[in-house]
Amino acid sequence: MSKANWLPIAGIASSLIVLGCASVDSSANLDALTQQAVASSFRDQGIAKVDRLQQDESNAACSAADVAGVPLDAKRSAAIEAANLKTVQWPKDGKLVGDWREGEKIAQNGRGMTWTDKAGSANGGNCYNCHQISKEEISFGTLGPSLYNYGKIRGITDPGSAESKAIVEYTWGKVWNAKAYNACSGMPRFGHAGILTEAQVRDVVALLVDPKSPVNR
Amino acid sequence: MRQTNRAGKLAFSAVLALLASASAVAQKSTADGIAEYREMLQDGNPAELFEMKGEELWKQRRGPKNASLEQCDLGKGPGVVKGAFVELPRYFADTAKVQDLESRLLTCMEKQQGLDAKKIAATPFGKDEQKNMEGLVAWIASQSKGMAFNLPQTHVQEKQAYEMGKRLFFMRGGPHDFACASCHGADGKRIRLQDLPNLTKNPGASEGFGAWPAYRVSSGELWSMQRRLNDCYRQQRFPYPGYASDVTVALGVYMGVNGKDGKATAPSIKR
Repeated sequence: MSKANWLPIAGIASSLIVLGCASVDSSANLDALTQQAVASSFRDQGIAKVDRLQQDESNAACSAADVAGVPLDAKRSAAIEAANLKTVQWPKDGKLVGDWREGEKIAQNGRGMTWTDKAGSANGGNCYNCHQISKEEISFGTLGPSLYNYGKIRGITDPGSAESKAIVEYTWGKVWNAKAYNACSGMPRFGHAGILTEAQVRDVVALLVDPKSPVNR
Repeated sequence: MRQTNRAGKLAFSAVLALLASASAVAQKSTADGIAEYREMLQDGNPAELFEMKGEELWKQRRGPKNASLEQCDLGKGPGVVKGAFVELPRYFADTAKVQDLESRLLTCMEKQQGLDAKKIAATPFGKDEQKNMEGLVAWIASQSKGMAFNLPQTHVQEKQAYEMGKRLFFMRGGPHDFACASCHGADGKRIRLQDLPNLTKNPGASEGFGAWPAYRVSSGELWSMQRRLNDCYRQQRFPYPGYASDVTVALGVYMGVNGKDGKATAPSIKR
């Protein structure tokens, strides 16, 4: 993944070449102008530094597809998903399911990683901003699908059982790096990007799959 | 055995349907409650106080040059305020730049009044000269209330700014991989209970873009479009966008052009 990083600086360098030989309105030139604007407009503030604007291959490809209004082809999507799947870190002790009560707190917490947040403070998962989760919480967003009855619908009665292994692993992988299963997913890569710790991911997985969690009751 | 299974499945889906409809009712009443709250707020928008202050500031002699802003050209000729808001951002020959309302006001404050535009741009929102900016944008926007957005797209830089704004709108980045489009790229979406306008087309583009500046009840302040964009970027976990920077102006062009023919409601009132 790190090899695929592109920098705004590279965009500026190439724009000088493009300006010399291509039409003013070529797509490459507009890309270069945009990168110049990005480089001159943003600055570091608190913990939010300009290096956050460096896109990896997944974000660069999906952004370009969104601008063009044409989704990525199946081959490109599969390659991006495979690269992201490789980054998923599985728990060292093999324990995928933690405490759903902690998971609910993480799902409710929308704090962390903005320029007004302090370095080192625990991040939230922001889950309710986009998803319906427990039915008790009616203040939820609709940017992502409803997760109410997530485990129940998938037939999980014992998350530790052999039958549940595949779906529980998928759930871990999805929370760790959503792009492993959907190249241009709109969901943050919580483990991959260091938003949530391994222990927090474990608790969020519990919220979704534990039959005792309010999600499945 | 098979029959039992089927009966179980049927009962299960019936329960699901019940829960879904109960949840839909709860959502509807919550949304209705919010709509009622907004309705109540409309009656006596404190933005009017900012408008009055802004009109005074426009006419008041200030700065090292002891001049008013009455000769400021917002795009429709010196001193013409009515209708200017619904045609901004646009290209200005004297600066050779596409400018939004706020970056244009900085130019006028510097050239005509001798104030330091860089210093004002670096001032935190809601402080010192930025407080004056709140009044000015409120008044200028109010003079186009109800008029239809009609941003010019004739100059090459205006077309370029639109294309740049589109690229910025879809630019995924930051630790959360968000873009403006993550929240504002589809119809009928919401964060928590907050409805999100789809800014890629109307009616969302004119309803969203055309409502700012707006009085924020939660902070008791008047928020300009630049401040609104700044907070969007904060919540996207991006670094800090410069006030009146190329990025924020290009986004204004993208939203404003997408909102063509929609009506300006600014300054509006927000929770």
